[in-house]
Amino acid sequence: MPTFVYMTRCDGCGHCVDICPSDIMHIDKVTRRAYNIEPNMCWECYSCVKACPHQAIDVRGYADFAPLGHSVRVIRDEEKGVIAWRIKFRNGKKDLNLLAPITTKPWGKAIPQLADASSPSQEMRDSQLLFNEPKYIRLDDGDLHTLESNGLEMKEGVYY
Amino acid sequence: MAYKTIVEDNIDILVAGAGLGGTGAAFEARFWGKDKKIVIAEKANIDRSGAVAQGLYAINCYMGTRFGENNPEDHVRYARIDLMGMVREDLLFDMARHVDSAVHQFEEWGLPLMRNPQTGAYQREGRWQIMIHGESYKPIVAEAAKKSADKVFNRICVTHLLMDEAKEDRVAGAVGFNVRTGDYHVFKSKTVIVGAGGASNIFKPRSVGEGAGRVWYAPWSSGSAYGLMIGAGAKMTQMENRIVLARFKDGYGPVGAYFLHLKTYTQNGVGEEYESKWFPELQEMVGKEYLDVEASHATHRPIPTCLRNHAFIQEVNAGRGPIHMVTMEAFQDPHLEEIGWHNFLGMTVGQAVLWAATDVDPKYENPELTTSEPYVMGSHATGCGAWCSGPEDVSPPEYFWGYNRMTTVEGLFGAGDAVGGTPHAFSSGSFTEGRLAAKAACRYIDDGKAEGIRVSDEQINRRKKEVFKPMEHYKTYRNEITAGSVNPNYINPRQGLDRLQKLMDEYCGGVTVNYMTNEKLLHIGLKKLKTMEEDLEKIAAEDIHELLRAWELKHRHLTSEAVMQHTLFRKETRWPGYYYRGDAMKLDDQNWHVLTVSRRDPETGDYTMEKAPCYHLVGENE
Repeated sequence: MPTFVYMTRCDGCGHCVDICPSDIMHIDKVTRRAYNIEPNMCWECYSCVKACPHQAIDVRGYADFAPLGHSVRVIRDEEKGVIAWRIKFRNGKKDLNLLAPITTKPWGKAIPQLADASSPSQEMRDSQLLFNEPKYIRLDDGDLHTLESNGLEMKEGVYY
Repeated sequence: MAYKTIVEDNIDILVAGAGLGGTGAAFEARFWGKDKKIVIAEKANIDRSGAVAQGLYAINCYMGTRFGENNPEDHVRYARIDLMGMVREDLLFDMARHVDSAVHQFEEWGLPLMRNPQTGAYQREGRWQIMIHGESYKPIVAEAAKKSADKVFNRICVTHLLMDEAKEDRVAGAVGFNVRTGDYHVFKSKTVIVGAGGASNIFKPRSVGEGAGRVWYAPWSSGSAYGLMIGAGAKMTQMENRIVLARFKDGYGPVGAYFLHLKTYTQNGVGEEYESKWFPELQEMVGKEYLDVEASHATHRPIPTCLRNHAFIQEVNAGRGPIHMVTMEAFQDPHLEEIGWHNFLGMTVGQAVLWAATDVDPKYENPELTTSEPYVMGSHATGCGAWCSGPEDVSPPEYFWGYNRMTTVEGLFGAGDAVGGTPHAFSSGSFTEGRLAAKAACRYIDDGKAEGIRVSDEQINRRKKEVFKPMEHYKTYRNEITAGSVNPNYINPRQGLDRLQKLMDEYCGGVTVNYMTNEKLLHIGLKKLKTMEEDLEKIAAEDIHELLRAWELKHRHLTSEAVMQHTLFRKETRWPGYYYRGDAMKLDDQNWHVLTVSRRDPETGDYTMEKAPCYHLVGENE
């Protein structure tokens, strides 16, 4: 379809509308529930499926090559930092449950507020270094690579 | 149209498009510009936008310098040979020497990177790729950008860059509209960092009908990086270097981890290894310098991506398709089988959907591969984008005009797909380029280069009229017909996109012509693109959503014209397997070991093409 919305589960909250990168999840004016307005611009990225608090959105494989009768469902939990998938084959022979981490830290807490970091010196501004370098690169010699430091020299270009 | 005009004034750094490039820019800008006003304008929602919206299972550009794995110059050699000699080595070296610091930050922020239990280093799937659980890669980097920016405007389709009226060729901000409210947004800014995307859907896709959105690169990547910069008169480079991907059939699921980590391999329809048998013929076309099989074995130097495509395409043409990925051996190992599935779920769920729908269990059946339609981008195994300045300590004079990643338009910077000549940046490299551009943009402002910028109301109003014209056009002509979508006075955005895709496919080397074109075809294609430009003046948008599609189409059209012009100018087949010039099938180093650079005159639409030297800053031997 690729995404579609189950009538009985959707309450029109708009989380999918808010997140869809392709701007194709909209609220139907009559039913006041979400639907995919442009299936041929859907990437099956599952952003809306993951965002739906009621598991009301699902995906059916593209009609031009995917037969009916399969299922790939997902539940993403930011608090627990995991994502759970269930894949059911059309012929019923395979039913996979897979779990993966999505983060190793409490959500959003480990990202620095750069406005609070100490101001860069003029020397840093004049250098090629970026924020927290060379610490984050952890170069053995403690500085950034240049052509010279790597024993290289600028060679003549190939001209036309 | 009675849409409100909302003006955001006194911006120092406007980040247009917040995928991995834009988020890197917004994050870093705050460090170098504590007192600066940093604003993001994003077409979708920054939490899930850009090519990494659904996640990534690998970080494809990581040196591992701290583990003694690679140095930046190694990466330059790799990217150079992969792109048949044509890269901006200064920009590549610069990205490579900073990229590790971006990756180490991601880990600190909570991105789960896998580790090799034996070495303690990150788990590699190849020399340059490390494996991650990256479903939430984009929301994590979005948090970083949001913490740094003063304001984030989601759902703004940026249509044009504003130009300074006090000084020629200097940027002054951007305009666009909110795709939900319809409001017209004006961003007056001293600098703009374009972090918008490359172009999917400019060539006819293999998928049809409902499935047309199933393309390898995100369907919302509408070439805006190029549309915006070309429209502002920035010089572009390597636009002929479009990319074709070999991927799992129909779903376009990734093959990197399969080849590199799971150790799967390909064979033709009768179970033979086919790739190497095309190499002798191919070597005659491209020369031993670019396809030296013995040297590849000895040094692990990879066979260029495009040449592997060539072998694939030729084998299928010879009637020995389909090409299969041999998964049945690797998938007997339950751990590898799980990784194979996670690989899709983390970044291309559609492939898992397809295998479930068609009962393809790779443990018992080898899945089919295919080659995709072409894409135009600057951060995967291809280097389309703007002609940008490099860093002062590495770049030769022709590549350096003062501010890192600044285009030929003053104050206009690029990151990710926007920067030309830096392939193999992928997600981490694009983020790093954003950081580099942000530092340079702060410096540009601190140096007083952005003083005295002037934007008149006339320019703002003229653009407003232009932006909403498709809706006016619809209103004017809609009632001339009874019902339906066939109107003698306009086409709608989908009809326009279909025309563009057909045209690009047939005249510029898409799938239906086996990636083949020639001078005559390109001339016809250019003529058709010009007439299409006239029709784009008459495009009709029924609502705000269609207005978004209309502007995406216009950006795709500008991108397409640049691709066509560059392909015509480069009279050789530099990247067999990406495209072929049937009238110049051989790689011609004598005349074309150069970078191609174009500029479209914003007033007349005329193109000027030139060659630029291709400097090799890094020697051959490791």
